[in-house]
Amino acid sequence: MAEVSDEFTMKLHEYQAKQVFADAGIPTPDSALASDVDGVLEAAADIGYPVAIKAQVQVGGRGKAGGIELVESDEEAREAAERIIGMDLKGIRVERVLVEEAVDFTNELYVGVTMDRGEGKPVAMVSTKGGVNIEEVAEEDPDAIAREHIDPSFGMQPYQARKVVFDAGVDRAVATDVAGVLSTLYDLWTSKDGSDAEINPLMVTADDEVVAADAVMNIDEDALFRQPEIAEMGEEAAGGDELEQKADEYGFDYVRLDGSVGIIGNGAGLVMTTLDLVDYYGGSPANFLDVGGGAKAERITNALDMVFSDDNVDSVVFNIFGGITRGDEVAKGINEALEAFDEIPKPVVVRLAGTNWEEGMEILNEDLVTVEQTLEDAVQRSVEYAEEGEA
Amino acid sequence: MSVLVDEDTRVVVQGITGGEGKFHAGQMMGYGTNVVAGAVPGKGGQEVDGVPVYDTVDQAVREEDADASVIFVPPAFAGDAIFEALDTDLDLAVAITEGIPTQDMARVNKRLTETDTRLLGPNCPGIITPGESKLGILPGNIFAPGDVGLVSRSGTLTYQVVDSLTNRGIGQTTAIGIGGDPIIGTDFVDALAAFEDDPDTEAIVMCGEIGGEDEEEAAQYIADHVDTPVVGFIAGRTAPPGKRMGHAGAIVSGSGTGTAESKIDALNDAGVPVGDTPEEVADSVESIL
Repeated sequence: MAEVSDEFTMKLHEYQAKQVFADAGIPTPDSALASDVDGVLEAAADIGYPVAIKAQVQVGGRGKAGGIELVESDEEAREAAERIIGMDLKGIRVERVLVEEAVDFTNELYVGVTMDRGEGKPVAMVSTKGGVNIEEVAEEDPDAIAREHIDPSFGMQPYQARKVVFDAGVDRAVATDVAGVLSTLYDLWTSKDGSDAEINPLMVTADDEVVAADAVMNIDEDALFRQPEIAEMGEEAAGGDELEQKADEYGFDYVRLDGSVGIIGNGAGLVMTTLDLVDYYGGSPANFLDVGGGAKAERITNALDMVFSDDNVDSVVFNIFGGITRGDEVAKGINEALEAFDEIPKPVVVRLAGTNWEEGMEILNEDLVTVEQTLEDAVQRSVEYAEEGEA
Repeated sequence: MSVLVDEDTRVVVQGITGGEGKFHAGQMMGYGTNVVAGAVPGKGGQEVDGVPVYDTVDQAVREEDADASVIFVPPAFAGDAIFEALDTDLDLAVAITEGIPTQDMARVNKRLTETDTRLLGPNCPGIITPGESKLGILPGNIFAPGDVGLVSRSGTLTYQVVDSLTNRGIGQTTAIGIGGDPIIGTDFVDALAAFEDDPDTEAIVMCGEIGGEDEEEAAQYIADHVDTPVVGFIAGRTAPPGKRMGHAGAIVSGSGTGTAESKIDALNDAGVPVGDTPEEVADSVESIL
């Protein structure tokens, strides 16, 4: 749920997460992946109607946006497949769908495991309000979600799984099975370095069976070095804005925004502050780009290439306060990037401070950039340039 | 006076034979830090710039009487290195490493409840008492001894604010970088408590950023327990919800918690002025002293 879902995680597709859950013994519906109409019809014939056709893209509110359809015949399946495969779902093209046995349910539950960052502890959660956006439930009716913190040195005890299930008010007839699913989910979350693992909905059938009708498994990116199988799945799962993908290749922390002042700096807090100052002085930031600590010239050149690739950018401000980053390396990188152009695409304002800033200023080709001494002056100048660029 | 570290602090550098460890151990010694040992498994008996290296932190403590460690160990092994520091009963362990798996830090977090060792970081620039000692990667030359205590989640933002202060002739008792990760050791409240207890700290600067609720908790703590004047700064006012701004902890969640506005309001309610720019922070400090 929302407490930790963010870009710091690698998100598996539903079909991948379901495979991981099924391998661990969590009941999942029969399903098959398809990427064209014939594949969908074949899978549906194997599974037997009715089936759900579900777009495999990582956006919230997939159902509401038309990415999921329940079909009962070849004709309906064909129509749905033609519509969904290739459609644009909140900016992402649907390449594949999961064809899945439709489960006849009487009840929908939510079960999840995540890291409670405030407490620094894992937390298991269960709610009888499954099948809807759990973030909204958390906001409107927080008591509808039962929570239990777990001591990571001992793992989830069986009684804790039962406790959170009973606290949530889950029917006694299925409580043991739900607790079993939750225990397995916690074990997966720890063994796979999950940041969140959740099933929403966990369907309860008329015969009191439980089935995971959806599956979310997000993995801590910092732990991928010890999760080679998951890392491989991640290569399949990649997606997102073209520029953000490019930033991934370069290894930058980059967030695209919709303003006109391109921003490059070192260190998250200082880059955020630079964004805030652009706004404070009446401009609008085009991006967040942190080159990180100790950046060498090539990295600086790549950063400029990134920001110039954004058509919305009308000016660029470089704000480097060197600790382990050296001003002379930064200056070298800026020169190299800009000397490659016959004409500088957008005006660049540079402010260097900290380690080796004087050496940097000596190297910097001032014919190509505007130099300012302070952060405030540099930001104001870049905002002026952006305004001139728009005019 | 100062908090947590001073000229008598005896430092063991975990990971001293690696590129970062070696470079920064040299920088620390150049600043005057009392680096008494290195600890690297399998490298015991070697020397780095005249500093003896031991296989374990325990040996470094027994042989050289180290009482603090700085950790420059790659992320895959850093959780283990922090455990080693905590289990050796040092006074302070400073973890510089960025990118430690969160579940490793959850286990470290649990261990912290069972030890008296204070952890700073991970993913932090370290701590400096100007003119005496620095443990970490902060550029020593921008700091000056003085009366202001500084605590920050971000390294380079610390430098920016310190530079503004030092340029006006305002020095610092101690500057503490607590780090940008979601699970950290020393937090704002711990640092504020340390500065409040230090008779020489006449004013405190606290630089926060979006994400989590640490700044709100700190504001409440200031209202209840801190008499020393505090000046605040919050980075990330323009950050859109759901986008992580570099630091793992710096994110405004979809449900609207962790916003700059809520943090600024909480600080203002606690009587803490929050600067719109780093220069405004320095203005406020200047007017207090």
